[in-house]
Amino acid sequence: MTATDISTKGDALVQIRDLHFVRGTRKIFKGISLDIPRGGICAIMGPSGTGKTTLLKLIGAQLKPSQGQVLFDGKDIHKLSRKGLYEQRKRMGMLFQSGALLTDLSVFDNVAYPLREHTSLPEKLIRHLVLTRLHAVGLRGARDLMPSELSGGMARRAALARALILDPMMIMYDEPFTGQDPISMGVLIELLHTVNDSLGLTSIIVSHDVQETLSIADYVHIVSDGVVVESGTPDEIRASESEWTRQFIQGLPDGPVPFQYPAPDYATDLYGRGGA
Amino acid sequence: MLDFLQNLGRRGLAFFERLGRGHMFLLRILGSLGQLIIRPWLVIQQLYSVGVLTLMIILVSGLFVGMVLALQGYNTLVGFNAEESLGVVVALTLVRELGPVVTGLLFAGRAGSALTAEIGLMKATEQLSGLEMMAVDPFKRVLAPRFLAGMIALPLLAAMFSAIGIYGGYLVGVELLGVDGGAFWSQMQASVDFSNDIINGVIKSVVFGFIVTWIAIFEGYDCIPTSEGVSRATTRTVVNASLAVLGIDFLLTALMFNV
Ligand SMILES: Nc1ncnc2c1ncn2[C@@H]1O[C@H](COP(=O)(O)OP(=O)(O)OP(=O)(O)O)[C@@H](O)[C@H]1O
Ligand SMILES: [Mg+2]
Repeated sequence: MTATDISTKGDALVQIRDLHFVRGTRKIFKGISLDIPRGGICAIMGPSGTGKTTLLKLIGAQLKPSQGQVLFDGKDIHKLSRKGLYEQRKRMGMLFQSGALLTDLSVFDNVAYPLREHTSLPEKLIRHLVLTRLHAVGLRGARDLMPSELSGGMARRAALARALILDPMMIMYDEPFTGQDPISMGVLIELLHTVNDSLGLTSIIVSHDVQETLSIADYVHIVSDGVVVESGTPDEIRASESEWTRQFIQGLPDGPVPFQYPAPDYATDLYGRGGA
Repeated sequence: MLDFLQNLGRRGLAFFERLGRGHMFLLRILGSLGQLIIRPWLVIQQLYSVGVLTLMIILVSGLFVGMVLALQGYNTLVGFNAEESLGVVVALTLVRELGPVVTGLLFAGRAGSALTAEIGLMKATEQLSGLEMMAVDPFKRVLAPRFLAGMIALPLLAAMFSAIGIYGGYLVGVELLGVDGGAFWSQMQASVDFSNDIINGVIKSVVFGFIVTWIAIFEGYDCIPTSEGVSRATTRTVVNASLAVLGIDFLLTALMFNV
């Protein structure tokens, strides 16, 4: 399957078309277009600070683009009324980079929160559902802890349990692997896989962990400098001819990928214009 | 010169933009109040943290303000042989002015700053975004309950401030300085008018509750989501809310008692 196959199939769950987004004076996206195919795990990779988190927020309509559209299941998500948008958001889950747990609720109540808000299930059933999700992320015993008592990795796993509780049709993971030890990492990868296959949902993973991500993704977009630089299956990405992509996935220090945030020349910056 | 004008223009624009945002924000809050009828516990929780936790400072301040009023009033009145009117002086000053105003100021410092910091931190730690992505409107679940609780709490606190202040006045005037207790109470009862004094005082405290809480939650919601942004927003809440209370108090007093 190649990039053109996917973009011409036209039944992608999320279609991003010519999206522009500006922060301050910095153009984060300059007409980016990409498709997230239905039912698979799609990874979005790119150097730090290129706007991957921003892209997820644009898909969730937390930010408004200055130009272009995001179609979620065929609907332009930025043109919906607030009510319509909230209806669509019930079908999306999002795992924030920071976890974003509600700090005044325990882990259990955090995971139960979406159920209590959007359903009128009896408390017994809620308990059952919450405990199965917490068990899946290895935190059944931590149900009574407050978010401030969790480590970063635990908080993120609790947030994952919460994101999964409503059985969304799409889930966006922002850096799910950061801060996980090798064991939780393995379990998490396993979990993402199981969740994706058993619930038939669509996953979007934003990550820097190249090997882990390539190992579970069905499809990969590499984003840099406001546009998609390469798309393809993990095998295609690994076999890519592009020097840029090779440098990125192999993590080589030298090559066309800039490590620096845009900046003036180093020597000029350090020693002043005249080279004092 | 041009720079100065440009700067002025930019600041003016920023100011009016913020003012506009503040009003849009208020409209959304008001629109979100209705659903609280089916979720009263959200408001009750907030009444606890906004109201009950502020109660102590209000009671202590009220007592002392009342006692000082009695000391000062006695000194002046005794020169005219009118120390029996001490009750009236203390009660009117508290009910019309100091009750609502000092409560408003203390409320801005104690509850307003806490509200701003809490909401600002919720924003900085992405809890508000998290709620939105769970299809839960933070205006309905986070902001509206706090707004309503603030509006309810401040008038109640102001009433308690006045009540305990009057008691403080009684302690100093009657028990300490020897003013006749019967005269103290009966003159107060005869001269404090329900609709003119008490209702007007209540109106003031309701208006202050509205303004202070609005400023506090707007500053929190609108802050720059960093630790510095939250701390600056908290300071702005206390300063702006206090100034608003004093300014509006002047306007209301002019309208209520002098026209
Ligand atoms: N609130 C903000 N205000 C202004 N600029 C911002 C803000 N948030 C992010 N940016 C800028 O937008 C750019 C993209 O940020 P974003 O968080 O989307 O990057 P990212 O690709 O997720 O990076 P990372 O992989 O490190 O998480 C960054 O260069 C950052 O400077
Ligand atoms: Mg990010």
